[in-house]
Amino acid sequence: MHLTLEFGGGLELLLEKSTKVHKVDLQPNDGDGKVVMKGLLAWVKSNLIKERPEMFLKGDSVRPGVLVLINDCDWELCGGLDAELEEKDVVVFISTLHGG
Amino acid sequence: MVACNPRFLWAPLLHRSNRPTEKPPSVPRTASPRRRPDARSIDAERPKRRPLDTLSPVAPRGLAAEGWEAEAGAPSTELRVPLKPIPSTDHAASRKIFCPSQLPMDSAVDGPRQPPARAGSRLCTRCGERKAALKRPKTLEQICRECFYVVFEDEIHQTIVDNNLFKPGDRVAIGASGGKDSTVLAYVLSELNRRHKYCLDLFLLSVDEGITGYRDDSLETVKRNEIQYGLPLKIVSYKDLYGWTMDDIVKAIGLKNNCTFCGVFRRQALDRGAALLKVDKIVTGHNADDIAETVLLNILRGDIARLSRCTFITTGEDGPIPRCKPFKYTYEKEILDYFSTECIYSPNAYRGFAREFIKDLERMRPRAILDIIKSGENFRISTTTRMPEQGTCERCGYISSQKLCKACVLLDGLNRGLPKLGIGRTKGIAGGDGDCEQQATRSERNRSSLQGKHGNFDF
Repeated sequence: MHLTLEFGGGLELLLEKSTKVHKVDLQPNDGDGKVVMKGLLAWVKSNLIKERPEMFLKGDSVRPGVLVLINDCDWELCGGLDAELEEKDVVVFISTLHGG
Repeated sequence: MVACNPRFLWAPLLHRSNRPTEKPPSVPRTASPRRRPDARSIDAERPKRRPLDTLSPVAPRGLAAEGWEAEAGAPSTELRVPLKPIPSTDHAASRKIFCPSQLPMDSAVDGPRQPPARAGSRLCTRCGERKAALKRPKTLEQICRECFYVVFEDEIHQTIVDNNLFKPGDRVAIGASGGKDSTVLAYVLSELNRRHKYCLDLFLLSVDEGITGYRDDSLETVKRNEIQYGLPLKIVSYKDLYGWTMDDIVKAIGLKNNCTFCGVFRRQALDRGAALLKVDKIVTGHNADDIAETVLLNILRGDIARLSRCTFITTGEDGPIPRCKPFKYTYEKEILDYFSTECIYSPNAYRGFAREFIKDLERMRPRAILDIIKSGENFRISTTTRMPEQGTCERCGYISSQKLCKACVLLDGLNRGLPKLGIGRTKGIAGGDGDCEQQATRSERNRSSLQGKHGNFDF
């Protein structure tokens, strides 16, 4: 599944070369071929985050204060951790945990 | 193509100006993810817009969306600020954030697509027409972005009116750091000033701490704001005011207590800049999260004097230049912008524990932030509590509860080669014997309050 992931508000500093936009090809690992946000977060943690993962994740969700948009829509409205992703979705993570 | 970037609609103004002016001609208009059918006309129109309009791609109140579109396409009114192309430095270019549509074309990824129907997507509770895209933390309302811009601006207008923040003819300096809060504040204030005829003379006021690689970027942003919003900009520098840049100070004292200097100096610098501009008021971009955090920290520190005034929307009314916070009830989440430049002297200066606690509370119950502010507002300070007496600094005349203000003490230390002076439990030259102890306690407090948060706490 092709997804576009964007990191901002300082989160990009946790990634290799501080790249903000990542086009990724994710293999759904469970039987039904679905990718949900929970799985995406775990994937991001093990594949993209290079340092201080605690700045991004807390428990199995994002750290409070990190805004998540799926296709321009607050992920809370899409089901949060259980939101199902679809081919070519754009997921944006922006941290508010930096200065104003 | 602009609408492809989710952050464009969220808080677009900085991003917009970073964008290359030339668009690849061959790029077809790509469908934005989860695109609303009725957003098409807006999308088509937007690239012609001036950055001035970009924060609020919605109809002003009372205008139907179509009417607004027609107006946006019309020749600019006299209110619009003529825009010069802003030369982008190499430095700025390296910071450029690409939106998906600006990446090299990949038809497999960027080609037109139908918005997938996602279960649970609801209509905006306000207009009932467009898909809800955000959930308001204050009210849990699910609204579309267009409606969001309207309510966001209206709420700030209401806060300004309800609290009599300004008088017609006031000269107002906007404390502009180049960060998301002050940039949004500059935009919204200039917009509301026009729309509701506040008759304010607005200025941007920035402080250049002299931190290589940190302020350079944010000062660039402020300079863009100056052009975009047509607001005169004044930059005061630590170098000019104190004879020391933060780079110099760090060379002298190391990385440990530098935030104390920065915070103390910044607060004064803003006042001095405001005095130079001869303004009646300073506005700052402190938001609801900032204030809730400050309430908690003041409780935790037992700082009753600050606790009692940290929720005031206007402070320093007895002093020469009052300060106010039009974003007092505005959630950070709603101000969020993607602009970020970390302070290189405290790269780990993410928010402290209180900030994180507040974000945790917000997740569990979003109203918590407003409720903390309410608690702070309604605190009654026991009449027997002794409050520090406000006087003026003997040397520079700035408000101070000591003989010498904090900045003068710190500066003295720097100039005498004793940079630790005024930090922690150093016996200061603050004069009075009894004062010293108190001074030390106060510095202790200042230090902890400023660490990790760019000195943003000093209300």
